[in-house]
This record gives sequence, structure tokens and C-alpha cells, in this order.
Amino acid sequence: MKARVHVMLKDGVLDPQGEAVRHALGTLGFAGVQAVRQGKVIELDLSATDRAAAEHQVRAMCETLLANTVIETFTVEIA
Amino acid sequence: MKAAVVTFPGSNCDRDLAVAFARAGAEVVRVWYKDTALPAGVDIVGIPGGFSFGDYLRCGAIAARSPVGRAVADHAARGGFVLGICNGFQVLTEMGLLPGALMRNAGLRFVCKPVTLTVATANSAYTGGWARGDRIILPVAHHDGNYTADAGTLARLTGEDRIAFTYAENPNGAMADIAGVLSANRRVLGLMPHPERAVDAALGGTDGSVLFRSVLGAFAPV
Repeated sequence: MKARVHVMLKDGVLDPQGEAVRHALGTLGFAGVQAVRQGKVIELDLSATDRAAAEHQVRAMCETLLANTVIETFTVEIA
Repeated sequence: MKAAVVTFPGSNCDRDLAVAFARAGAEVVRVWYKDTALPAGVDIVGIPGGFSFGDYLRCGAIAARSPVGRAVADHAARGGFVLGICNGFQVLTEMGLLPGALMRNAGLRFVCKPVTLTVATANSAYTGGWARGDRIILPVAHHDGNYTADAGTLARLTGEDRIAFTYAENPNGAMADIAGVLSANRRVLGLMPHPERAVDAALGGTDGSVLFRSVLGAFAPV
């Protein structure tokens, strides 16, 4: 079973890297980019076969290590 | 006083920190990240600067969950002293021993230079050798020193006089110019500047030695 975790900075936390990307896009002529937020995608290959158990396990991984919930939020997809 | 200096894969200020403690008069023991316990009788744990685990995932994130991390957390829970410098500060926020987080510098550049700091409180074992408002110079060398916390946390840090140092000129976008913060019991200090790189007149000044002498003084026999 595969899981995909998206980690993003919380709303309201400034993202200087996203802002630099937005600026670079403007320099390259891509007009109308209002904002860029940069995050992470983490893919996990799990031996679990039960969907709910896998999601529970991955959420625990996010809380413990994969995301820093002081500044980040996460979403979990089980595929 | 007995000081333990932790080394993670990628630490690069561990020896400097050990020398700084030793010069101030501490007995220094070195601890490896796989160690599950601290040596007996350790009073203070030093978490050094560097790039532990290559800064993978987030700076300090993997180090904070390494085997020695639990021993350091237990030490802090017993009221033990912990000093985290640069990457060590990042590790302490990742462990939850200090509030907030260190994000990428606002200017996106690695900043490596001496900076002027203001001692924001003299009320700690670390800063008792200065007076509030003293100006000191310590080197910084980091890419992720942009201190970030929510409004409630910032208000609590200010209200409880837990901001230890502020930048005179903010080099990284840190909220409220914060360069270092204390725990609620004032025994855990994290700071981005490097006091251990300022303990020798021949090597960039001696302002940092005040911190080590102060904390040693806190353990002096009465």
C-alpha cells in the first residue's frame, strides 16, 4: 500500500522560498502569478494492507517526524 | 561542573564547544548520537552547531529524534541545563524543548559574519554575566535562523522575559529580532550565534566566553 504525504507551511507563515520562486517566474515573463507556496511531497511504501490502519500509521508519522506542526500542516493520501 | 557535548553525523562545532566548556573550567565528556544515556553526573548538555544528518527533512529534525535525544529530553525534564547553538537551537525546537521554529533566512542566503547582539535578559545562568542591554559581538553562520513563532508564543516569551538575545541588525528575518530564547525554567537556552567561536582573543573576540563562565559560575561550590 502506498501513501503520499503533502507537507505545507501553515497559512500566515511567510514562505521566503515560495516568494523567490514567484519573483523568478515574473522575471521569466510569466505574468499574473499572485502567490507561490512551496511544500514537500513524501511517498511511502507500506506493508500495511488495511487502509484505515495505514492512514492512522502515516498520520502518526507526520505528527512525530514528517511535519513540524509548529509551522507546517500535512495531508495524507492512501493510494 | 560536568558538561556533555553531543556529536551527530554532520555536527561540526562539537569540538569548539567542548574547548569552550573546558576553558571555562568544566569537565567535558563527549556523547555520540547513538548513546541512549548520558554519563552519570552531567550538569549541562551542549548541542553543537553543524549540519546534523545533512539538514535532511528539516534542520535538526532527525537529530531531535535520534537515540540520544530521549536522554537529553529526560535530562531537561529533571531540571538539567541544555545549551543548543545554531543547529543545536534547531534541534531543541524540533525536540519541543524550546518553542517556535527556525525557518529559511528571509534573504534566502547563508549568512556568515560577526553580528552585534543585545543581551535581552540577565536573568539566567547563561546571561547572568552581562547586564540587560549590553551589546556583544558573536559570529553567526546559518541558512535557517529565521525564528518564527505564533503571536501567542511571542507574547509569552516577552511576558516571561525568556528572550535571551536579540539582533541589533536583523540578519535573517527573525521575528522580534530574536537570536536566542530560554525555556520556562530558564535552564534550556537555544541561540543561533556562536558563543563557542568567540572564546579566544586571537580568533574573533572573547564575548562568548562570558556565557560559559556565567553558566560555570552557576555551579560553583557555595
